[in-house]
Amino acid sequence: MSEAKKKIHVRGLKKAFGSNEVLRGIDLDVEDGKSMVIIGGSGSGKSVLIKCLLGVIKPDSGVIDIDGRNISRHTSADQRYMSRKSGMLFQGSALFDSLPVWENIAFRLLYAEKKPRKAAKEKAIECLALVGLSPEVGDLSPSELSGGMKKRVSLARAIASDPEIIFFDEPTTGLDPIMADVINNLILERVKALGATAISITHDMASARKIADDIAMLYQGQIIWRGKPEEMENSGNPMVDQFVHGRAEGPIQMQVKRR
Amino acid sequence: MNPFATTGRLTLDAVAEIGRIAQFAARSGASLFTGPFFSRAFWSAFLRIGYASLPVVGLTAIFTGAALALNIYDGSLRFNAESFLPQIVGVSIVRELGPVSAALMVAGRCASAMAAEIGAMRASEQIDAMSTLSVNPMGYLVAPRILATTIALPLLVLVADIIGIYGGYLVAVYALDFSGPAYIRNIDQFLQNRDIISGLIKAGVFGFLIALMGCYYGYYSRGGAQGVGSSTRTAVVASAVAILASNYFMTSLLVEI
Repeated sequence: MSEAKKKIHVRGLKKAFGSNEVLRGIDLDVEDGKSMVIIGGSGSGKSVLIKCLLGVIKPDSGVIDIDGRNISRHTSADQRYMSRKSGMLFQGSALFDSLPVWENIAFRLLYAEKKPRKAAKEKAIECLALVGLSPEVGDLSPSELSGGMKKRVSLARAIASDPEIIFFDEPTTGLDPIMADVINNLILERVKALGATAISITHDMASARKIADDIAMLYQGQIIWRGKPEEMENSGNPMVDQFVHGRAEGPIQMQVKRR
Repeated sequence: MNPFATTGRLTLDAVAEIGRIAQFAARSGASLFTGPFFSRAFWSAFLRIGYASLPVVGLTAIFTGAALALNIYDGSLRFNAESFLPQIVGVSIVRELGPVSAALMVAGRCASAMAAEIGAMRASEQIDAMSTLSVNPMGYLVAPRILATTIALPLLVLVADIIGIYGGYLVAVYALDFSGPAYIRNIDQFLQNRDIISGLIKAGVFGFLIALMGCYYGYYSRGGAQGVGSSTRTAVVASAVAILASNYFMTSLLVEI
């Protein structure tokens, strides 16, 4: 093991759906308190990778070592272990639309930890303030919120129980560039304040540059490059170069049809 | 195409599906015992399924009772047995038409709503989000709905029984010149507890099946809006078939008691 402590240690992770091999042997290390951004095109396996790490999808083989415990067997104890340790900001925010905003943020406190409603609401309002929203937002329903506000509420929900690891699934997708930057700043600020380890997947290069300590590129189910954000421009890897500069021509051929 | 192979495959598929549904029911039942119990989710489901279904169940019952009285009067005239009309209306409503018609209405209202709601939650990753927040979706979404429907349907059927008999009463007294007090007295003397209880037992099973189908097809729906649409349709059809099929088997068991 190297000098810094490994929070997440993945070796040989594989997952196939039928004949479609989505992950073909992923090796990935993330150090404690660092922000790892995984970039890659649509269909490269980013979402499946993050769901394996999160304990929502069971991998076919490989090791997922989180803080010294291998969760790749996907037992219910593994899932509980992982859900206690982590928070996740879903791409579509995934707010519970039958509950008001504050109950969304305090969902874990209310329904998993059985905290009294009054204390849970206070904590929810605190978290709302941390993401720059006023207490009145707490009583709205998620359907009354704009896209950017939904992301903020979802971020508030992800940080409400002080997780050690936070996952971000395309945190800026669907937002205008200014709101995207606001969300990036919030992510940086909140992750730093918690001292948490962050794993994000994105194809928004501006966001990747801003929130990453390390970047890894996923292509056809394998990590083909990793490095620092500043090395990304001159990676010397033609596939990374093509992706970073968004060119249609190059070694990566986009599949127009699904296999 | 080989018809034997097709029949075999369809049979195997059906048996496998029933097995998956039974497993799903067992998992949700287990979550009731291992806890925690989500009383808010239970009461909100109970109000939505039980209380909000009252108008539609009542309307169905009153028209069913009224039409039944007309039909039985017409039929029984042929062998001069029209004086038994109240008894026949009473026993038909309480044993058969009350439970089945109420269950079919609740299946249309609630199995579809459950499949669509849970299916949309699946499509928008809300079910995944729930697991990442340390709450078991089986315990929070499925078990309270199944429990609430299993308890609510017998109560609804009790109301449907009374309103259905009243529908028959209205027709008998105002259209067919029966005596009101005699109609009530006849039914009261004729109906036995086991008539009513067998209807309520059926209703409990119907409630369980309705919620099970609604939750199962919603939980495993896939493919966005179209997937939610098709799981809603399957949930309603499957619960209607389950109601009618289980009705026959339960009736054949319950008449022997």
